[in-house]
Amino acid sequence: MYMLLHLAAMLLGGNDIIGWIVQIIFLGFFVVFMFYGQRIQMMVMLREVETHLRRLKLIRDDGRKKAMETIKEIGKPSGDPTERIDQFLEYIAIEPQSMDPSGIVWKLEHVLDVRDVRFKDEVKLMAPEADETQINNLENTLEAAMALNMIYKVIRHFYLLGKKTLSLYIIMQIQMVLPLIMKQAEAYAQALRAFSVGQPIGDGAGALVAAKLMHGHKTREIARDVVAAKVSIEGRTAYVLKAKGPGGNVGKPGEGIKNLIEEKKGKISTIIMIDAALKLEGEKVGSVAEGVGAAIGGPGVEQFKIEDAILKNKIPVNAIVVKQDIGDAVSPMRKEIFEAADPVIERIKRLIMERTKKGDNVIIAGIGNTIGIGQ
Amino acid sequence: MADTVKNARNASPFLLVIILVFFILSLAALFIAVQSLIEQTDNLNSYSFLLIGFFGLALSIYMLLQSRGKQAHVTLELPRVITTLECPKCDFKSIRDFKRDDYIFKETGSCQKCNETMRITAIYREAKKKES
Repeated sequence: MYMLLHLAAMLLGGNDIIGWIVQIIFLGFFVVFMFYGQRIQMMVMLREVETHLRRLKLIRDDGRKKAMETIKEIGKPSGDPTERIDQFLEYIAIEPQSMDPSGIVWKLEHVLDVRDVRFKDEVKLMAPEADETQINNLENTLEAAMALNMIYKVIRHFYLLGKKTLSLYIIMQIQMVLPLIMKQAEAYAQALRAFSVGQPIGDGAGALVAAKLMHGHKTREIARDVVAAKVSIEGRTAYVLKAKGPGGNVGKPGEGIKNLIEEKKGKISTIIMIDAALKLEGEKVGSVAEGVGAAIGGPGVEQFKIEDAILKNKIPVNAIVVKQDIGDAVSPMRKEIFEAADPVIERIKRLIMERTKKGDNVIIAGIGNTIGIGQ
Repeated sequence: MADTVKNARNASPFLLVIILVFFILSLAALFIAVQSLIEQTDNLNSYSFLLIGFFGLALSIYMLLQSRGKQAHVTLELPRVITTLECPKCDFKSIRDFKRDDYIFKETGSCQKCNETMRITAIYREAKKKES
């Protein structure tokens, strides 16, 4: 005991050589941290960003490789598609000018249509042997690879900018959001694999409900890449619509709903929209929620069209959503989400019974990517 | 696709020099400790040097091992995806792993019981025990 106490006293300020060494080291640490504390903190942060960036690069490269393999396997191109794929990953779509917002929706829709046609043509050139379903799946695969490439490039930009300017705030803002970005990148990496083999994804919850309702009924194409079927539910005529499957597709459901309303000259009692929605932490995956409004994501063009059409005809619109997080939405469909389809159908029937009369027309729209879901 | 990010796992020469200095100082402390123990002079100081020497040695070896280059690789956990097939006539159910080009409502294969064409009724990812 005496020996230990003596040792501690010696280390913390004894007059012999050990005490001097400890005191000098202590003072050294104090001075270094006083003058270079922020710089050390910055270096630690930079190191952390660098480690994540390295992982992002690996995820991006793996995604690119997987996309390339799928194109070669399915599309059987005559030459090497590598250069074309690399060019595709760098594609950009420039948003229309919004200084005068009037008519911007139609301008944006035009840009998106041109982009879509261009993407499809590119994929057809890369994979000449692929059929329509495979082309849609390949397009989705390449879009996931594009998203991974973009995430990597943005993080790299901030990392290099932070390193160049040695600004703590640039590095800090990227370091703080890194966990969320990594989660998103991993979700896209899983999505890419799901798209490459045509597996249904969580976002297809709405399409799955619509498919279950319309299965066995005659379908027709009501808008580009959107199919509709006339189904009798509880004595009402339901026009069920979804994106045309089983290829990866979201279609133009807004256009489809607008066309159906025009076809029925506005005589629609209610519209029920089913979509996947982002859950908050703590909420259960696959839980179902109900409300009003156009349940549809994306750039907003389709939502605008639906809202415009229902306003003209004063049609009430109901929403049913299946909760999931971003990772679930783009990765293979979880069992909980798949099993949520039947409770959603029950809710649709209850809504129809409560909100409409016998003989009324209703529209049921299943929104989302229909990859791996037929009709 | 130029790569401008250097390998995060490469040890910097500066760090290697620090480790080397640390290593030499630890060896020196050990040497002093052993020498004073053999000569039986100033026993308490020799134990302190022994402690510092071992601690420094362990720390420098640990730092060296940590800074060694490791092969970085992505390990994405791929979930198992299940396809359920059902016979529309006799309700016979069959479950198998997902195959490329499977899709919900696809008619594929024949029923083991009544030889009717089976239909895919479900495709989903197997639930993990830890998932919320």
